[in-house]
Amino acid sequence: MPEPLLEVQDLRVSFRTRRGVARAVDGLSFSLQPGEVLGVVGESGSGKSVSMMSMLKLIRDPNCTVEGSARFRGQDLIAMNDNELRQLRGRDISMIFQDPMTSLTPVYTVGWHIAEQLGAHTRVSKATGRARAIELLEEVGIPDPARRVDDYPHQFSGGMRQRAVIAMGLANNPSLLIADEPTTALDVTTQAQVLDLLRRLRREHGSSIILITHDMGVVSQLADRVLVMYAGRAVEEGAKTDVFHDPQHPYTWGLLGSVPRARAPRVRRLPAIPGSPASALTAPAGCAFAPRCAHRHGLCDEQPPLVGGAHSDACWLPRDSRRDLHLTAVQVER
Amino acid sequence: MTPEVERGEVLLRATDVTKHFAVGGVSLRPRSARPVVHAVEGVSLQVRRGETLGVVGESGCGKSTLGRCLVRLTELTAGRVELAGQDITHLSRRQLRPVRRNVQLVFQDPYASLNPRRRIGDIIAEPLQLHGSGTPAQVRAEVGELLERVGLSTSHVDRYPHEFSGGQRQRVGIARALAMNPMLIVADEPVSALDVSIQAQVLNLFADLQDDLGLTYVFIAHDLGVVRHVSDRIAVMYLGELVEVADADPLYDAPAHPYSEALLSAAPEIDDGTEQVQRERIVLTGDVPNPVDKPTGCPFHPRCPYAQERCVIERPPLAEVAPGRFTACHFPLITATGEPAAHAMAQR
Repeated sequence: MPEPLLEVQDLRVSFRTRRGVARAVDGLSFSLQPGEVLGVVGESGSGKSVSMMSMLKLIRDPNCTVEGSARFRGQDLIAMNDNELRQLRGRDISMIFQDPMTSLTPVYTVGWHIAEQLGAHTRVSKATGRARAIELLEEVGIPDPARRVDDYPHQFSGGMRQRAVIAMGLANNPSLLIADEPTTALDVTTQAQVLDLLRRLRREHGSSIILITHDMGVVSQLADRVLVMYAGRAVEEGAKTDVFHDPQHPYTWGLLGSVPRARAPRVRRLPAIPGSPASALTAPAGCAFAPRCAHRHGLCDEQPPLVGGAHSDACWLPRDSRRDLHLTAVQVER
Repeated sequence: MTPEVERGEVLLRATDVTKHFAVGGVSLRPRSARPVVHAVEGVSLQVRRGETLGVVGESGCGKSTLGRCLVRLTELTAGRVELAGQDITHLSRRQLRPVRRNVQLVFQDPYASLNPRRRIGDIIAEPLQLHGSGTPAQVRAEVGELLERVGLSTSHVDRYPHEFSGGQRQRVGIARALAMNPMLIVADEPVSALDVSIQAQVLNLFADLQDDLGLTYVFIAHDLGVVRHVSDRIAVMYLGELVEVADADPLYDAPAHPYSEALLSAAPEIDDGTEQVQRERIVLTGDVPNPVDKPTGCPFHPRCPYAQERCVIERPPLAEVAPGRFTACHFPLITATGEPAAHAMAQR
């Protein structure tokens, strides 16, 4: 196996709050190969965004503690100081966020935003910056880029803004792009365009992508591997086809079952997961999903480790009985 | 023009509903020359008692405005809305009040639709008090019943909205809507702000309430999976116009309008290894045009992969192209028997 591009080991992020310590990320480990698309799925509060932001020191809260290691090409991001990290961010690793308007300054043109990304890492002339901005806008599919480069963000539609932000992220040809809910704010037809764009980027530039989303459909479309998070921990991880065709963790069953499908046979009631997602403040000592799990038993008071090699999961249920349990769980609801 | 086959009693009938908004603020220009957003344009539809009509479309297509027109939360520019045979288009506020008991709304944002300074019990009791039903003790008992009906507990009455999660707040919103024992609930994106697992719970609640109380829903949403799940019939909107109305299954199996087809093919579907209809993906180019400056002819023609010269000039009316299948397209993608037409690209 080649050297992983990113290797995260036992990442822990906690916030000191008035109501106690909130463990937003609680021992997360995963690795990412060059050119791979990793889909990180989970509900709000599962720690998917916080884990990625903490690696890049994008959380400025003084009450936040980050422990563990995140080795990017062998260098630990967590141990780096601000200056070292600034060299990497935006050049080797870039991150795009859900709401494009928060990444764009309304008083500068779109072209300025992209040129600024370049200027932060290399000395570029105004003309080169502009030329490269036009090139990038063209690449992300903005029509008439030579004219649109001088537009302000408000003159762009939602889908175009998200593409402009992607263009900013790509300005320095990063080897890792972290996309946090990049299509959530977009309409389906625009979403399809952005997903196509991400697919093309990976193919043409060989960039690795970490795709954070709550939309299982989007992950199914784009990812090679899937990491399912619940209450700050990984509950299941594996190749996309393994996780989606043969999910092992009861939470993954619930998550997949909860999604109403546009193309599968209709059901009157969805097999919903009871209860609400665990809060980082009140996560139980054992398996965090146990209070919502239909298959919990005595062992669940203890935290299950993530085991199983290429397709791993954190659940105490015997592996050979899972398929039957999953099938009965689905049939009971139908 | 009423594009539906009679099946049950019609509860809500909208005829040529049109809503224009003036844009640009104060203007000295004559009224006729001011720019106008054509939010809803000549929409006619019927909702039968006990059914769920799904309204689907992308942001800005006018689906929310249509929902608000149907319950007279906005005044119509033109057209007529009838509820249970009564024309409610021009009723005064006072005259509307008894009508409002019968139609209730559930909103998208469970954080914005509940007053943060009021207790849950008071929020749900307010409609009961306004319509003067019962003594305080009766009202309290009823509130408790409503809370349990939507899966909350009587002990929640004295809590404030901030003590609840998004899913629980949406349940409170639903309880408030149920307080008046309405015939019709117009739900505007009621689950889009919720996490997947909570979304499924709330969708199940909608289904259970319909089964138990015989409610009629107009369910407005952008998520195609959600709309298909809840709806008996679906209306697809584009730029303020209905482009297709049909039963849910036939529409998803063989869409008649190119926009419906593109919308369905763009929805990212989970590949879970079970056999599914694989569609050719049609990625539309460009964005939805500005509703101030709508294209001539068919509003979809600039993005339509099937567009021909006729589409640029002539606006297609919503017509029945196959039994129960209404679409506004010169070149519908289904034949008169509802089978996919020869020129449709994305059929299996």
